[in-house]
Amino acid sequence: MKEIEKYVKPYDASFTTMVPTSFVKFFRTCKIWQFIRFIIINIKMLIVVRKSH
Amino acid sequence: MARVVVLGGGVAGHTAATFAADWLGKEHEVVVVTPNAKWNWIPSNIWVGVGEMTKEEVTFDLDPVYQKAGITYKQAKALTLNPEGNASSDKPFVTIEYTGQGKVGKTEEVSYDYLINATGPKLNFAATPGLGDANGLGEFTVSVCTADHAVHASHELHKCIDKMKKGERQKFLIGTGHGMCTCQGAAFEYIFNIEHELRKAGVRDMADLQWISNESFLGDFGIGGLHMKRGGYAASSRLFAESLYSERGVKWLIGAHVNKVEKGKVSYELLDGSMGEQEFDFAMLIPPFAGVGLKAFDKAGEDITATVFAPNGFMKVDANYAAGAYENWKASDWPKTYQNPTYKNLFAAGIAFAPPHPISKPMSSPNGTQIFPTPPRTGMPSGIIGKAVAHSVCDLIKKGSGAHLHHASMAEMGAACVASAGKGLFDGSAAALTVYPVVPDFEKYPGIGRDLDYTFGEIGLAGHWIKHILHHMFIYKAKLNPGWTLIPE
Repeated sequence: MKEIEKYVKPYDASFTTMVPTSFVKFFRTCKIWQFIRFIIINIKMLIVVRKSH
Repeated sequence: MARVVVLGGGVAGHTAATFAADWLGKEHEVVVVTPNAKWNWIPSNIWVGVGEMTKEEVTFDLDPVYQKAGITYKQAKALTLNPEGNASSDKPFVTIEYTGQGKVGKTEEVSYDYLINATGPKLNFAATPGLGDANGLGEFTVSVCTADHAVHASHELHKCIDKMKKGERQKFLIGTGHGMCTCQGAAFEYIFNIEHELRKAGVRDMADLQWISNESFLGDFGIGGLHMKRGGYAASSRLFAESLYSERGVKWLIGAHVNKVEKGKVSYELLDGSMGEQEFDFAMLIPPFAGVGLKAFDKAGEDITATVFAPNGFMKVDANYAAGAYENWKASDWPKTYQNPTYKNLFAAGIAFAPPHPISKPMSSPNGTQIFPTPPRTGMPSGIIGKAVAHSVCDLIKKGSGAHLHHASMAEMGAACVASAGKGLFDGSAAALTVYPVVPDFEKYPGIGRDLDYTFGEIGLAGHWIKHILHHMFIYKAKLNPGWTLIPE
């Protein structure tokens, strides 16, 4: 959360958007979770590729 | 024996030529005319531009690959097109000027039965004073549009990093260098790669990162933005983009037409008509794209460039160029076969085809300056279009003029985009996005124009791994290594 405190300033453009919490940021780099997402994203992308040909 | 001439050896041209050669076999000839000696996997130029990859890792020599494929390779640029032949012959031909192979400056007429125009864009640096001139990139900014530009960008970036290590604060300005640019995605990926490199070098606190672009909202990306499922909502890419910029401490300036670049300073006009300036120590501004300037002539030698090409220099195809105002736009305006309406043996693929209109809503300032993204036709759509066009041409050759033409409308295809920062296996992060279809179809998908089941995006290591795989997979495919035809575009 320290980075949010650092970069988001009251009534600045960044103040009106959503920012990730440490929970979200943890899962972005959690290797087990990201491996599962890797499989899911690949499957989704393959479906999009298949629909596009 | 028929001859297929492909102008351009980029994603669209290389895909079209290699599939055509594979499907036609030795009974017919495929000729590639490209001024470049090397093939470049352009998406990875971003990594070259921050010093994480070398030029050699994103390029390879075309000659041995084309020899292996049985393709006639001419390292040359196309100058003129004669789709009706000339006074002495009815055979259509293209006039080329060599840029290599020991014949620099020599011209040659190359006749064809079918021509696929996949020249890609002219990087129109001259459109913005100071950004560059007709010869290319200027002295004040850097670019990642070519591998050589990216190498230069990396050198300049590391000079700034050295200054920051010595305590000198630096300002980085990244985005688009004109009000009518496309490829915001490349600049988006580059600014977050710079941010990652600055963190890695321990100098992030010494840097101010500023985004400047012609998008009317952050996350437009030249495709009018997109929506994706997030936390039970259909969330706009604006939220996605603004969140990422806020998280990484990148300030943004949007709706901007950069109208002048000077040493350490750009001048710009905003959509509200106001003027401003931004100072910088390092700037990477994407130039607008234009057609490569091919001229066309009829049998009598009369200039028919306006018949074959749109005013922006891109080739006219089976699109609806009379759609008019934004309110009248439909997904069906977008071309399906990429066949020229006047000359049926002419096709275009990738950036070289003239789009019917932008994808993002056109906007202009009170001063009349147009400021909005032009439509992207790079990456996955380029490859798919190149393959579909090659398929059509091969069928026309093998089955005759009544053969069915293959469709690849950008309003019926999706695209995957992975913007990845960093290079290490576990220290990188990427925004992985897919959008379906690329051109929103508001009749089929009212409101948001896209299928929410196939349009998604997320940030994390997984996308970063996918980016690595895509880099190696597409270079493997482009080199025509075993099984290359099985790898999708």
